[in-house]
Amino acid sequence: MSVLSLIIKREYIARVRNKSFLIMTFLSPMILVGMVLLISYLTQLNSHEKRTIVLVDDSGLFGNAFVDTEDTGYLMLTDQGLEAAKIVAKNEEYYGLIHIPKREGNLLEGVTFYGNETPSFGLVESIEKRVEKKLENLNLLNQGVDLVVLETSKTNINLNIENFSGEKSSKMSNWIKAGFGGAAGYLLMMFIIIYGNMVMRSVIEEKTNRIIEVIISSVKPFQLMMGKILGTTLAGITQFGIWVILGTVLLTIASLVFGIDPSAASGGAMSGEAQAIANDPDMAAQFITEVGKLPLMQLVFGFLIYFIGGYFLYSSIYAAIGAAVDNETDTQQFMLPIIMPLMLAIYVGFFAVIDNPHGTVATIFSIIPLTSPIVMLMRIPFEVPMWQLALSITLLIGSFIFTVWFAAKIYRVGILMYGKKPTYREIFKWLKY
Amino acid sequence: MNSLLVTDAVSKKFGDFTALNGVSIDVPKGSIFGLLGPNGAGKTTLIRIINQITMPDTGRVLLDGSPLEQHHIADIGYMPEERGLYKSMKVGEQVLYLAQLKGLSKQEAQKRAKYWFDKLDIGAWWGKKIQELSKGQAQKIQFVVTVMHNPKLLIFDEPFSGFDPINANLIKDEILQLREEGATVIFSTHRMESVEELCDHIALIHKSNKVLDGEINSIKRAYKNNIFDIGVDVDSAAFAKAETTLSQKFNCAPATFKSLGNELKLRIQLGAEGVPNALLSELQNYGQVTHFTEVIPSVNDIFIQTVNENL
Repeated sequence: MSVLSLIIKREYIARVRNKSFLIMTFLSPMILVGMVLLISYLTQLNSHEKRTIVLVDDSGLFGNAFVDTEDTGYLMLTDQGLEAAKIVAKNEEYYGLIHIPKREGNLLEGVTFYGNETPSFGLVESIEKRVEKKLENLNLLNQGVDLVVLETSKTNINLNIENFSGEKSSKMSNWIKAGFGGAAGYLLMMFIIIYGNMVMRSVIEEKTNRIIEVIISSVKPFQLMMGKILGTTLAGITQFGIWVILGTVLLTIASLVFGIDPSAASGGAMSGEAQAIANDPDMAAQFITEVGKLPLMQLVFGFLIYFIGGYFLYSSIYAAIGAAVDNETDTQQFMLPIIMPLMLAIYVGFFAVIDNPHGTVATIFSIIPLTSPIVMLMRIPFEVPMWQLALSITLLIGSFIFTVWFAAKIYRVGILMYGKKPTYREIFKWLKY
Repeated sequence: MNSLLVTDAVSKKFGDFTALNGVSIDVPKGSIFGLLGPNGAGKTTLIRIINQITMPDTGRVLLDGSPLEQHHIADIGYMPEERGLYKSMKVGEQVLYLAQLKGLSKQEAQKRAKYWFDKLDIGAWWGKKIQELSKGQAQKIQFVVTVMHNPKLLIFDEPFSGFDPINANLIKDEILQLREEGATVIFSTHRMESVEELCDHIALIHKSNKVLDGEINSIKRAYKNNIFDIGVDVDSAAFAKAETTLSQKFNCAPATFKSLGNELKLRIQLGAEGVPNALLSELQNYGQVTHFTEVIPSVNDIFIQTVNENL
């Protein structure tokens, strides 16, 4: 067996057998599922609670504007007057009270919400909308506009998008692409942060165990670094795989046993468009065709290359940090160079790429190695020119190998220098071994 | 002389600090070579260069006649001063792993491991983790790891620190036996008396320079000064007179050696011309001679003398 595969095997086994690793592997999915269950339970609890809002409409215009909905009921108490209604609302512990004062001319000012707690943003908006709509309609009527005519003249345009070679796409396809890219980018970032740290700790291990001289008199530091990164990655993939499988199984069981729909938990966070898709069978069908139209091969390969390449690059930086320090507490100060480009990549991804996937900013950041994994992952669904992919991948692999090499140098210098800074000429000398 | 290891004018600088300044040593095949010198003299740097952990700025190292290359790591067994093993790894797995890193096949590693574990009677530790062993026990494992791949050259940095006297002796015997089987051994230590008895060749390193090297007996011969410790049982009446007479005739100093009686003890420097037998005959005139030993300089004495001369 080659030295490298020996090191990989040892690292893998050392990681996987570690007690905290085992506990995390099996505990995390349970915690996750538990949280999902809790959230969906709370969401359901929340939505079952029907709240009542008292309405005092001194203007007399909104008799039918506030219609009871699933979770909100309206109680008209105009006759009792504002002060009396307030007391009723307070005593009965109603959610709140809306007071609409008399109208003066076309203006209506001083619409007020009274309540124990500040109403949610959504509620405020919906009240404002209703009042605005009603007033607008009244104003239109006053101007002699027939509301029926207005309603029938409304139209809904869905812009068709087609490229010059005739491939059609739509607004939804853009949304799907952005969603895919965003999810992939986020996943990569999580993976880097969790398992990069593990690589770093594993590199420090030889120093804390003081076995460093024995090891380094047997293998090249480059082999050691490479083996550690690969071994830890494999352990990470194992854990991630178990999480996915276990998480899916547990969620399925949980939703069967408790009859709770886990998607309800994320429902609140889902955008309107996603809900629209879920509710509308036509759009769902369109969704499937749009997914089918994505450059799937490029997506899969791109995902694999950038996920692996990006992870390797970052974990080699983690390894370099581990090589430079003697114990884990010293690593904090070096975390910035890792977190900064990651954050930058995510921001560029979510703002520049989704706004304009082939703009200058998106293109540049998808080629620079440190940001390219995430930014390019998000650009790939929008079809990236071949030369950009090639350039970006070459740079990524190149900088990965360079960083591992660099980490190996630091490692070698680190044990020998006793706190002295090596000269550049000396670092150049390490090259030969 | 048939040399296993030769360093040829090896120099190494760390920044402005010179760790080694043109050090040449020559380690004969089958010898036990003492690399001696105080702390910080540069011994460990030289050993790291031999182990290819670091690279010399100038000079070269030859192992068995050829310049050092990566594959030579399999020919060297190195026990560093900083002992260490993977704490949470099981003893057996660890020994096999480290042996395989040195190029042994798994089967071969298992065979050798069994041999050594039986020999040192430590088979029971195979499934334990290093952190469950005592420091001395871990040191034994470290020793096994160092010698397992049957290296031509064994390098021990401060070999006996951390061992209790019994285990130190055991390890010493093992090292001697390995030498019998053909290995060459380098000891590095700042405790010069501790390996003096074992070494047949030494090199003294002081402040990055080699100040002395060669075969230990010829060095001692070169440094001995015709000095003898003598003890003569003299009547108490004649004691003072004998002492004065001898002091006038010879270059005398008080001697300290252990004996049962209250004899006259002197350290007499005969000088280059002096004849020991003449001294012995002379002494017989004063009384019964109980003690007559040539004072052989210890390596420590030689070292101090050499350093002082080189100042």
